[in-house]
Amino acid sequence: MILPRATVNEKAWRQAIEQLAAGRCTLLGLWGDAPAVHMALLSEDFSDIAIVSYNCKGGKYPSVAARHPPAVRLERAIRDLFGLDASGAPDTRSWLDLGFWNARHPLGKRAPARKAKPYEFLPAEGEGLHQIPVGPVHASIIEPGHFRFTANGEHVVRLEQRLGYVHKGIESLMHGATLDAAAKLAARTSGDSTVAYAFAFAQAAEAALQVKAPARAIYLRALMAELERLANHFGDIGAICNDASFALMHAQCAILRERTLRAAEACFGHRLMMDVIVPGGVACDLAAGGAAQLKSLLTEVRRVFPRLIELYDNTASLQDRTVTTGIVKPEYARQFGAGGYVGRASGRAFDARRSPGYAPYGDLKFEVPVLSAGDVDARVWIRIREVEQSLSLIEQVLKRLPNGKIHTALEAKGKIGEGLGLVEAFRGDVLIWLRLDGKGRVDRCHMRDASWFQWPLLETAVEGNIVADFPLCNKSFNCSYSGHDL
Amino acid sequence: MRKVLFESFTHGLLTEVAPKPDEAGLTELARSVNRAARARLGRSLSIRQVDAGSCNGCELEIHALNNAFYDLERFGLRFVASPRHADVLMVTGPVTKNMREALLRTYNATPDPKWVVAVGACAVDGGIFAKSYAVEGGVKDVVPVDLHIPGCPPNPKALLAGLLALLETSA
Ligand code: SF4
Repeated sequence: MILPRATVNEKAWRQAIEQLAAGRCTLLGLWGDAPAVHMALLSEDFSDIAIVSYNCKGGKYPSVAARHPPAVRLERAIRDLFGLDASGAPDTRSWLDLGFWNARHPLGKRAPARKAKPYEFLPAEGEGLHQIPVGPVHASIIEPGHFRFTANGEHVVRLEQRLGYVHKGIESLMHGATLDAAAKLAARTSGDSTVAYAFAFAQAAEAALQVKAPARAIYLRALMAELERLANHFGDIGAICNDASFALMHAQCAILRERTLRAAEACFGHRLMMDVIVPGGVACDLAAGGAAQLKSLLTEVRRVFPRLIELYDNTASLQDRTVTTGIVKPEYARQFGAGGYVGRASGRAFDARRSPGYAPYGDLKFEVPVLSAGDVDARVWIRIREVEQSLSLIEQVLKRLPNGKIHTALEAKGKIGEGLGLVEAFRGDVLIWLRLDGKGRVDRCHMRDASWFQWPLLETAVEGNIVADFPLCNKSFNCSYSGHDL
Repeated sequence: MRKVLFESFTHGLLTEVAPKPDEAGLTELARSVNRAARARLGRSLSIRQVDAGSCNGCELEIHALNNAFYDLERFGLRFVASPRHADVLMVTGPVTKNMREALLRTYNATPDPKWVVAVGACAVDGGIFAKSYAVEGGVKDVVPVDLHIPGCPPNPKALLAGLLALLETSA
């Protein structure tokens, strides 16, 4: 997307904040670009995106979070990385800087590291409360992060997350990287969404260079994106059931996931399809025999999956765990602009493929399932319905796949160019904003995972639930740590 | 539920023949394993996975080891929830500065004798993230490593071959 970006004065910046606070638009992103901060806004009907920029004065900008809580963690991250302060911010604790780096503000004016003060968790007061610290290293094969529970017996009174452990400084590595190197970094921001990140990065780069990828490449991108969605949804549905101790679903879904990854490898040479989408198109065509592999995958899934849905639906002990557990209130989903199944299970009908929309989805038929219960069960059902949609999308892509080139050569135009990409990953929208320096290198690249606006809702969803249901709630969100920590 | 259960009897066995133990891995290990440890542990190892900063791609393939096709447990290898129960630490990712301390503590909490398996290109030397201010380096820059399984991410077959090599030398 090529988007005009408006640099605004303080009055207009504050007006934008008021629009957010009043719910007339959604915060799509807020990031630093010293000495400025940029804010991306999505219109109420999801059709339009606007980016406004504010040039900081004395390293300060008026806080968005002061009026609109979804910006809290974004502002804390901006301060850690750039040293830019949000005046009037409600929370000034560090977020990504846990006190282990050699310098502060690595993306802004670097300052010598200070000895970190012990982190202060938010207080919870009352009789008989106790705290349970969990992580950063967790008890299974998952990413690291810290959860601080305050509980009264079995009931969670407050959960507070502390993230940043897998912060790799990806945005600093992006600065000065060639387009190829930067695309590889984007593809390794959250491995489970490598296709979606590469897709969004390619969109942003092509917008910045004002080129278009060939039609065949665009269809192949959608094919990969839907395969990635399928694989992840199978994995998630199984894993959620597993956290309710229902191992049979887990085993069966893991088989479907494995079959999907094998088909992906047969088609594109890599199980996760890493680095296949590149700026300008795709790096390799669908392998000979790939279409046949996909057709047999679809047949197999259509044979097995309906029985698994029935199994999920008819197992009372499983339903007992998922129904009414971990409810995300629709007003929070809306306020935080929660993407993916978290939003759609709580009444927010946003899917970036549909609106604002991007090629080739305008040519394809699909539904965007939406529910309103907001519980673990609803998040499972959204995934189930989306599996069905992805199967149909894969079929449509195979039927309509245009012939022709798969890559357009890219040339540095000698001009600075900016571009935005917004892609619906399996867990929600990935936003990538890019500025190229005119010599084929990245000057600034910001990536915002859907998890930024989902993690805070997990804190609200577990409130009042029992501690033992936390893994279930957490899995039903399946937020990315790496995508968030960057 | 019965339908799905019966169905799994009729679709035949999905579990595949194990790959050959990885040759390069075997040589790397021959140097690091001692006989006393072998005698004590027998042909069974408990693995504790630690993500020290990965992009989560490696975790996906490690998870796959448990599916019906690879069925890791048939070799006596299983994932455990605590480092205190583990013989092997399987570490992924470049080690971020923010995870260095947690990795060290996990290592120290694992009883001897123990092995460290570094999984993925990042775990070898920091990979694509090596030059960042936020990255300490590869796993070996923080704890001693007995076996590297490269790949981005290594696929389950490569992981299995590496682990079988570990089993051959340690059992
Ligand atoms: S090796 Fe590849 S898949 Fe594994 S953590 Fe590194 S980038 Fe991710």
